[in-house]
Amino acid sequence: MGREHTNREYEQELRRLREQILLMGAKVEESIINSIRALTERDTTLAERTIAFDRQINQMEVDIDGLCMQVLARRQPVASDLRFITMALKLVTDLERIGDLGVNICERVGELNQEPPLKPYVDLPVMAEETQRMLHDALDAFVAGDAEAAHRVIERDVTIDAYYTQIFRELLTYMMEDVRNIYRATRLQSIAKYLERVGDHATNLAEMVVFMVKGKDIRHAGKLGNAGT
Amino acid sequence: MKIPIEAENPKITVRGLSVFYGQKKALGPVSMDMPEKRVTALIGPSGCGKSTFLRSLNRMNELIPGCRMEGTVQLDTQPIYGPGIDPVIVRRRIGMVFQRSNPFPKSIFENVAYGLRISGMTSGSEMSGRVERALRQAALWEEVKDRLTESALGMSGGQQQRLCIARALAVEPEVLLMDEPASALDPIATAHIEELINELSDNYTVVIVTHNMQQAARVSDFTAFFYMGDLIEVDKTQVLFTKPSQSKTEDYITGRFG
Repeated sequence: MGREHTNREYEQELRRLREQILLMGAKVEESIINSIRALTERDTTLAERTIAFDRQINQMEVDIDGLCMQVLARRQPVASDLRFITMALKLVTDLERIGDLGVNICERVGELNQEPPLKPYVDLPVMAEETQRMLHDALDAFVAGDAEAAHRVIERDVTIDAYYTQIFRELLTYMMEDVRNIYRATRLQSIAKYLERVGDHATNLAEMVVFMVKGKDIRHAGKLGNAGT
Repeated sequence: MKIPIEAENPKITVRGLSVFYGQKKALGPVSMDMPEKRVTALIGPSGCGKSTFLRSLNRMNELIPGCRMEGTVQLDTQPIYGPGIDPVIVRRRIGMVFQRSNPFPKSIFENVAYGLRISGMTSGSEMSGRVERALRQAALWEEVKDRLTESALGMSGGQQQRLCIARALAVEPEVLLMDEPASALDPIATAHIEELINELSDNYTVVIVTHNMQQAARVSDFTAFFYMGDLIEVDKTQVLFTKPSQSKTEDYITGRFG
């Protein structure tokens, strides 16, 4: 989408759509950052604020969907515009889900903060930071329309998965040691799982960026058999 | 660059085709194939050469004074500009439908029968059969079967255009060229024509020029994009409208020109 549309109103609509997606992305990122801070700083107030903040994200999902429908109905977009609009429709679903995962983290934080801390967090904040950076880079790749950067984001998902496995194993030892740890350990395990899911959604976003830029569908690489062709 | 495309089943094969009006080159050189029993759409801004290209496929350009051309056009394996080839025979095998429906001021029946009469057929059951078949193929029979003797000029615009298609089909051509066949019609009549094009491609090779890109996207199997006398890109319609390979095509179909 290098050059501008001859029709300026159409150009405006596309630009507005793009801005809205970026704004939603920023809000989602903020939600994840705050939910992690609420966890590490045991800040229940911040957790509650973040849960309430999710309504804004949900509203944006609805607004962006509406904008996409409007452009589809009125402009019949093709080529890169068509790829952008169809991806926008899918992208907001992933973004909204990430927002929900931020809410889920905050809910678990609220429960954890009723109890004394189980252990000092070592891997979890590192995983959280890595996940949040992955999300950030996926959104950056979207802004820049950079397929190479998107590919690099996708490659990082294995690291996130590895963190999850490691954290899960460690928490298991706590649970085996003392059944009274189970309540807190399962909450922490859930949080690690939510973060792992955030990584998956960030991967989806990056895959959409590649499709938008290159027109090439790289999902489920080599695992579709002949069913899709 | 994906030019020329070599189709698996070419009905028309164009190689190095250039068309000049006087000193001015209007087109080319263009090379591309039009596959048999498929719809190929030609798109591009006004003056891009798409209509010139279409007209050169059945030797209509040579009717224009000062028009000169180079290159070859083959129907199956036969060069249509070859020595001793009668343009009238070419046009019987390659029919044409124009933008403005142009029925003769005659009855509906006589409009369709016209081509048959000038090729020597006389009235009789064979002629009635051919007229009926052409009208059925043009999806018009049910609407006109009880008023075949009425004037064609009393029909609606959409009906008149389908009558012109029936007239072109009556002489049983192999290829049908259409120059913006629906641009003067309302959306319903346009939908009829588009549905008809789809059905015709079961039996005919169709080449259509259209200004309406959505129409090209709806009716064609292949789309060729022309710009300033050059063929920029030709590909499967689905590919061209989702992921064109040339930035000029991208700019044009997304509306980023001028």
